[in-house]
Amino acid sequence: MATETLIWLIPLPPVLAFFLIVLFANKNKALSHTLGVGAAGLSWLASMVVFVRALSVEHLGEHPFHASVNWLPTGETWFKIGVLIDPLGAATLFFVAWTIFMIFLYSVGYHNFGQPKGDHDRPGLPPHGATVTDAHGHKHTIPSVEPMYSRFFAFLGLFAFGMYTLVVSDNLLTLFVGWEIMGLCSYLLIGFWYGKPSARNAAIKAFMTTRVGDVFMLLGIVFLYSVTGTLSFREIFTNEELMHALGTTATPVLGLSAAGLIGLLLFIGTVGKSAQWPLHVWLPDAMEGPTPVSAMIHAATMVSAGVYAVIRMFPLLSLDPATMSIVAFIGAFTALFAATIAVAQNDIKRVLAYSTISQLGYMIAALGIGAYVAAAFHLITHAFFKALLFLGSGSVIHGMEHGVLHTGNHHVDPQDMFNMGGLRKKMPITFWTFLIGGFALAGFPVVTAGFWSKDEILADAFAHGHLAVFITLAVAAFLTAFYTMRQITLTFLGEPRTEEAKHAQETPWTMTVPLIVLSVFAVTYGWVGIPEHFPLLGGLVPNWFHEFVGSTLAEHPEAVPFSPVPLLTSLGVALGGLLLGWLVYRNVKSPAEDKLQLPVLKNKWYFDEAYDFLFVKPAYWIAETLVYKWMDKGVLDGILHFIAHITGVIGAAIRNYIDLRVINETIGDGTANTVKWMGFNLRPVQTGRIQQYMLASFVVLIVVGAVLYYFLVMA
Amino acid sequence: MDASQIIFGLTALLIIFSALRVVTTRNMVHAALWLIVTLLGVTVLYALLQANFLAVVQVVVYVGAIAILFIFAIMLTRREMRDGGPQLNKGWPLAALISLAVFGGLLALLYNAPVSERLAASLEGQDTLGALGQALVSPDAYVLPFEVASVLLLAALIGAVYVALNKKQESDK
Amino acid sequence: MIPLSWYLVLSALLFSIGLFGVLARRNAVAILLGIELMLNAVNINLASFWRYGNPAQMGGQVFAIVVFAVAAAEVAVGLALIISIYRRRKTVLAEEIDLMKW
Repeated sequence: MATETLIWLIPLPPVLAFFLIVLFANKNKALSHTLGVGAAGLSWLASMVVFVRALSVEHLGEHPFHASVNWLPTGETWFKIGVLIDPLGAATLFFVAWTIFMIFLYSVGYHNFGQPKGDHDRPGLPPHGATVTDAHGHKHTIPSVEPMYSRFFAFLGLFAFGMYTLVVSDNLLTLFVGWEIMGLCSYLLIGFWYGKPSARNAAIKAFMTTRVGDVFMLLGIVFLYSVTGTLSFREIFTNEELMHALGTTATPVLGLSAAGLIGLLLFIGTVGKSAQWPLHVWLPDAMEGPTPVSAMIHAATMVSAGVYAVIRMFPLLSLDPATMSIVAFIGAFTALFAATIAVAQNDIKRVLAYSTISQLGYMIAALGIGAYVAAAFHLITHAFFKALLFLGSGSVIHGMEHGVLHTGNHHVDPQDMFNMGGLRKKMPITFWTFLIGGFALAGFPVVTAGFWSKDEILADAFAHGHLAVFITLAVAAFLTAFYTMRQITLTFLGEPRTEEAKHAQETPWTMTVPLIVLSVFAVTYGWVGIPEHFPLLGGLVPNWFHEFVGSTLAEHPEAVPFSPVPLLTSLGVALGGLLLGWLVYRNVKSPAEDKLQLPVLKNKWYFDEAYDFLFVKPAYWIAETLVYKWMDKGVLDGILHFIAHITGVIGAAIRNYIDLRVINETIGDGTANTVKWMGFNLRPVQTGRIQQYMLASFVVLIVVGAVLYYFLVMA
Repeated sequence: MDASQIIFGLTALLIIFSALRVVTTRNMVHAALWLIVTLLGVTVLYALLQANFLAVVQVVVYVGAIAILFIFAIMLTRREMRDGGPQLNKGWPLAALISLAVFGGLLALLYNAPVSERLAASLEGQDTLGALGQALVSPDAYVLPFEVASVLLLAALIGAVYVALNKKQESDK
Repeated sequence: MIPLSWYLVLSALLFSIGLFGVLARRNAVAILLGIELMLNAVNINLASFWRYGNPAQMGGQVFAIVVFAVAAAEVAVGLALIISIYRRRKTVLAEEIDLMKW
């Protein structure tokens, strides 16, 4: 099959699975997950084929796989949509296909497929467990299957369709379509357990917050189209005249050029989607969703899509230094800011959520300083190890839930790290894979993928003289290593701190296999991007990633020269952070002993409160008091009541003076009365006597005859 | 003034006198008998007009059937042999006035009509009876009115029987 | 010879007398008698117009015969009605047969 055709087909299986599950397979759990996982597998297979073919093409950057069809007639021309796989697309497709497939597989185990139905489970709430009696007559509580199992796979399928569409798009419009489909699925999946008020609120919060960014992004798309007349990446980026014109045309906003303004607007979309400050608030709350959702949407794919979009539009952004500065500032600030919050979180998934925000900030900052390849590299390595970490945390939670069901003490939060400890013995596979993921996140030197990608960003920042960014990111990296080790220490090391942790259990193979697969990538994927000038290791493996992805750009980016400063910094912060984390937390038994539980960090720098005060409360006030009470009740209802009153008065007047008097009495009753009076007076004529009738007839006959005779004959 | 004029004058006097008796006499049986006189007078007029068939039918149908029918009806609807009370209603002067007016009007019409003084042509050699018979049954002439009249008669007779039937007695049986 | 106008005047007079009978008599049978007078007046007219018009055209006589038939039918139905009314209301006076009044 032609590669282009295959690319067209990549997004299709998940959406077919979505419709099939929704329409036909909704009652059958096994069929639902077969369809879902099968569709993800098909897309994975197609993606791999495309990826392998992409590798074998020389100069893929100049001659990408590209096909388009006419879609919307726009006057004399057509708006075209199509598919595009260039080196960046191929690399993205690779990690997207792997993570999506793994997460689909993981979901089967996560939602307890094969377990009995719960005793009190209701759709919209997480399963509570089922009571079974074993052969010896002992009663056990075991995990029960998710009541809305099929629905979950349907949503995941739709989500995967959105992500694949976004990746293979050759233009901003279909990219935006995929982007919005994912936004919808994010909403649906965060609110998957809609019976929980917190999940409902989180879903609405996520949707509303990303909406802010999406509106700006749509503005950017519209602006771009109105300026260039096209939304196709290649048509814009390969047209040097157009790019030059975009870079030099001034706009009235902030003194930015057209390219800068468009880039900034698109970047605001990314800020929303990738949860960058100041629109980061939704991502931690989004952890209310099932863990595979957290892993897929909020670590590996959707939030990465935000960064992907910025990387895609990098040629445009890079035309305006002011926009680049804004991007760099927001990225670096978010990286540090989110890392500080992550230090003080106790929920295992929330730590990862802030970590994700922080790491995405890394990529954005890398883009802001022009480190295009480094950003893409970190995007991919991060997607692997963060998905791994999320799935690992889901496995831990699952194991803890097992313990909770065993003891029956439902007040123990299975997500609180202070309730864990010593899980390495109970859940060895989860422990080792989580360790690999955590070390990759922390940037453990040499072996992990995170080290290479993070090091490259730092090296880029240092080499291009962005010292402020460099220092910020280094501090953030140190914090990252610190909270990662804190997490690992609290969760897996030491002795179990609760009865539930003692009874935790390793999860089934559908959950551990994805962990193992992803941990392999978390280690090895870094090796494809080792800088050539790295001491000892440099040159052993060619820096394939830099060559490959770098060829996407028209101007091939230079590999940064080696400098010991960023390397030593990188080594120092990673190892130092990890060591410090272990030293501090190996003996901490409860949150009270944790010296870093500062209120300001615990409360996430009070951003939720600030937004509540600045936006939510005023919005409520405007809606409730201003619009509802004053405008609606007071002014509009007042006007309406006034009009109603006036109408009533006019109506009464018409009724009393026109309707009753004139119409009823004069015309209606008058006519009737006259007829009645006439009838009453004419009644005696009807004597019933035939001869009187005849007399009358003859009188008339004679009179009429005489008259006629007079006029006709005599005259 | 020839013989036919004398006969006409006498007949006319008879007709008018008997007709006035028909509408004025108190005894209903007498009225019916006076009607027979009037009808016979009209028969004479038909004869004068040489309408022989009409003269015969006048005697057979009117005098022989209709007048007898009247007499039977009068006898059937009498509670006592003598008719009591006035035979004219209270409005009779007005009725007389109108009748006179109608007569006056007709006379006025006749006075102005162009045919009033015409004399009859001779009927020598004409078979009027045969012509009448031919006319009654000829499809080119009057067979349709003739047949319609027969249907009318039939319907009237059936209707009369039905109306006059004593249903009370029927149901008593 | 008798002029046509004599017949016509006689006929008109007979018609008026019959009309008076119809309008003035109280007895329903007497009203029917008046109608018979009027019909005869008409028949005199028909016959005389036949005689004084074109005797070869038998329309006048045929019409007179139709009037005979109608008269017979009218008398039959009329008298049947009178007898029927008499059975129910024990009267033949036209002024008492006034159920159709207001």
